[in-house]
Amino acid sequence: MNKPETTNNEFNVVGTTPIRPDGLDKVTGRAVFADDFHLPNMLHGKILRSPHAHARIKSIDASAAAALPGVRAVVTGADFPVIEHKLINQGAAGMINIGELADNCMAKGKVFYDGHALAAVAADNPHVAEEAVKLIKVDYELLPPVMDVRSAMAEDAPVIHENLQPGAFIVPAEKFLPNAGRTQFGNGDTEQGFAEADLILEREYTAETIHQGYIESHVTTVNWDSNDYVTVWTATQGQFGLRDHLADVIQVPIGNINVIPLEIGGGFGGKERIYIDPVAAMLSKKTGCPVKVAMRRDEVFRATGPSSGTYIKLKFGVKKDGALVAADLHLAYEAGAYAGGPIFLGILSSTSRYNIPHIRINGFDVIVNKPTMRPYRAPGAPQALFAVEQMIDELATELDMDPIDFRMKNLAKTGDRLVPGFPLAPIDTVNLMETVKAHPHYNAPLDGLNRGRGLAYSLWFNLGETSSARIQVNLDGSVTLTTASPDLSGTRISLAMQAAEALGIAVEQVSPAVCDTQSIGFAIPSVGSRTTYGTGAVVCEVAEEILGQMRARAALLWEIDTGQVAVERGIFSNTADPEQTLSFNQLAGRMFETGGPISYHKTGNPQSFIPGIAAHLVDIEVDPDTGKVDILRYTIFQDVGKAVHPDYVEGQMQGAAVQGIGMALNEEYFYDDEGHLKNASLLDYRLPTTLDIPMIETVILESPNPAHPFGVRGCGEISIAPPPAAIANAIYDAVGVRINSMPMAPHKVCAAINAKKIAAAAAA
Amino acid sequence: MGNKSHITATINGEARDFLCEPRQSLLEVLRDVLYLTGTKEGCNDGNCGACSVIVDGVLLDACCMLAVETEGSSIETIEGLAKEGELHPLQSAFLEETGMQCGICTPGFLMSAKALLDKNPSPNEQQVRHWLAGNLCRCTGYDKLVRSVMKAADTLAEA
Repeated sequence: MNKPETTNNEFNVVGTTPIRPDGLDKVTGRAVFADDFHLPNMLHGKILRSPHAHARIKSIDASAAAALPGVRAVVTGADFPVIEHKLINQGAAGMINIGELADNCMAKGKVFYDGHALAAVAADNPHVAEEAVKLIKVDYELLPPVMDVRSAMAEDAPVIHENLQPGAFIVPAEKFLPNAGRTQFGNGDTEQGFAEADLILEREYTAETIHQGYIESHVTTVNWDSNDYVTVWTATQGQFGLRDHLADVIQVPIGNINVIPLEIGGGFGGKERIYIDPVAAMLSKKTGCPVKVAMRRDEVFRATGPSSGTYIKLKFGVKKDGALVAADLHLAYEAGAYAGGPIFLGILSSTSRYNIPHIRINGFDVIVNKPTMRPYRAPGAPQALFAVEQMIDELATELDMDPIDFRMKNLAKTGDRLVPGFPLAPIDTVNLMETVKAHPHYNAPLDGLNRGRGLAYSLWFNLGETSSARIQVNLDGSVTLTTASPDLSGTRISLAMQAAEALGIAVEQVSPAVCDTQSIGFAIPSVGSRTTYGTGAVVCEVAEEILGQMRARAALLWEIDTGQVAVERGIFSNTADPEQTLSFNQLAGRMFETGGPISYHKTGNPQSFIPGIAAHLVDIEVDPDTGKVDILRYTIFQDVGKAVHPDYVEGQMQGAAVQGIGMALNEEYFYDDEGHLKNASLLDYRLPTTLDIPMIETVILESPNPAHPFGVRGCGEISIAPPPAAIANAIYDAVGVRINSMPMAPHKVCAAINAKKIAAAAAA
Repeated sequence: MGNKSHITATINGEARDFLCEPRQSLLEVLRDVLYLTGTKEGCNDGNCGACSVIVDGVLLDACCMLAVETEGSSIETIEGLAKEGELHPLQSAFLEETGMQCGICTPGFLMSAKALLDKNPSPNEQQVRHWLAGNLCRCTGYDKLVRSVMKAADTLAEA
């Protein structure tokens, strides 16, 4: 059951399902996650957070806190270096406003959201620290909060930052309104396009703020030593990004900082920026002791980096034959307290899978009094698809076309121009559509009242960017594989498998590890579906170099030219004398007679914007009395290039889809009118449980990625994007109402059904 | 610090004693006093199940029990699940069926599943889903996790 439809048997290791080396410690409780780490003489830090969404800090009095027995230090914004607010280009790590990043970690002058940090205490134990935090007195001047993108963009909106610096997430925005930056893309002439259209639909869609919901809270332990060397033990998606940002915020040389990544309990994009590390660092500097800061769950919701609430307005024009001719998209995404939300990826993911000759996209990065938005698995895509894939479904319905035929008619194929101007890299989009259409799920009858089937299609991109890897061949033939890419979900095994495949040895011979920033070259974080693909490609390059070195060693032993040494599946042979062979292990055992240790390190930059595609098919049943939606059957079709470890590939597809189902039906931040977050707990911010979700069927397709030696594509993110739209389309199929507001909570579905009944009665 | 209680309990079959403050939860004592860090903190308010342990045969969240309440009780944690170096069938199944990704919720799920199989050695899928609904996993989407528990039940039945 659930196994990929693999036709490709050219591999020995890739495509098999070995047990991951880090698994044993995780089922026995021995794995060391960030909060499992202890140091002698370690203090505990706790943070005072603003109860107000928008306020000026008039004064802070921490004297009572400092006097509490057991308290060792108190810090406020005044203890942190003052940093200029401007965009800094950190190359592969992206454009970043370090001043705003610093202020997000510790407010100076103003607080911009409920949960904004403004003071911290280090004490002998967490309870004393927490008591001390409560003793800090703050005098606030309350300012009006701005809680959604439309109010923030309204003419009379309160100005949140007196001098807004437009942000950047991959591409920079331009300043457009006092609270909003803008990014525009387009092609053709939309006026002409709409004039050619036989049918034009205009719709509006909204989505609420959501959180990644990783089960491990943010925890960090920092030691600032007497030489101003700073060591950080934490769970992060990117130890190098953390190091570089921390250095800027606390103003020490980057070279003085070492970040040691521990096991990470989920991230989904939310653990690639710093929050508590600078606070722990300043407390450590002040006390001379290592300091651990652990966020409570409510702090995670209030003060980390959720994903944007949105307002999206669409106008689409189509010809009678189903050809899309024009589209005008207005995408307004919350940036939160500081600029730099996921708007560019919202733009990129909104329509890149279709050919639309005349298109205009206006994307807005909108400041509101909520935490600063950070990436969440396929950032910006679920919200964009919720709108566009419903529009596509509605157009197909209006034209009485099969939803797959309609998509086929407009499908972007290899080489087609995408909205930002570059061509779609090779991928078989037609095969995906044909596979869905031929699948038993698509053709199964769906009987019963209030049941419906929905489809949504997504195209998403893998980052390549900078990765580092080192392979050391050891005397006993074992291989040490180290990379700079934190393992969120099984990438140590997927990288070890690629090393083993490239070297022609067994995966059990390869010991993979994730390194600290002093022990390996730079890498950008484990984000953008890039680790198995991008870091994997670098691992393969390193393995090729190792084989080259070993061929030279064999040539030395056989006194022939390196060019005469062949290697296949771990056996080196003399092409002139096939009897003469050495195994990988034999050659490793003779390394010290042939020139010493065999190792190679490389920092590489595999190609970015590698596409991945997925279509989701869902059957649901709506309870018309309560509006509750139950998932009856769910199938994911996804092209992963080549599934390195098919079980973990399926796990990525299923996990992403269930996060998408959560945001479709349940998940949202509830703020009151004053901007207080009312559901900062895992009871009230309701993640899907085992009871909400059926088994998730998977169909793995493999159209090879030419930018990777084994054809691998990243597979981690894309399947979070289609569920909201697929479920919305299924609800329409079931009960004939369109829910244009996410989450599609029972009360909204119920209200829409009632409104339809009333309208029908009025018409009768 | 003078108000600590001296508690004696059996932890994973071994007699242990520890000092704790009245306000300390069993979770805090396991992790920060006894350094049994396999039991995880996800929310510290009883909503995620990452700190699931079994006390006198009852499955509960260690964050919701005070350590002082455990006097004389028998506590099972993830560290005691493997016996004499032999993995419990649940642990093997989670490895073989890839019933985990990041691993932070894994000890809690394993302890919950153990409590289930102790009560009902051959649960159907619905019973597994019902029993595990108090444990949150954000990575797997539950499919392979539920399959892992079903497989462990099969293994136990064959034994």
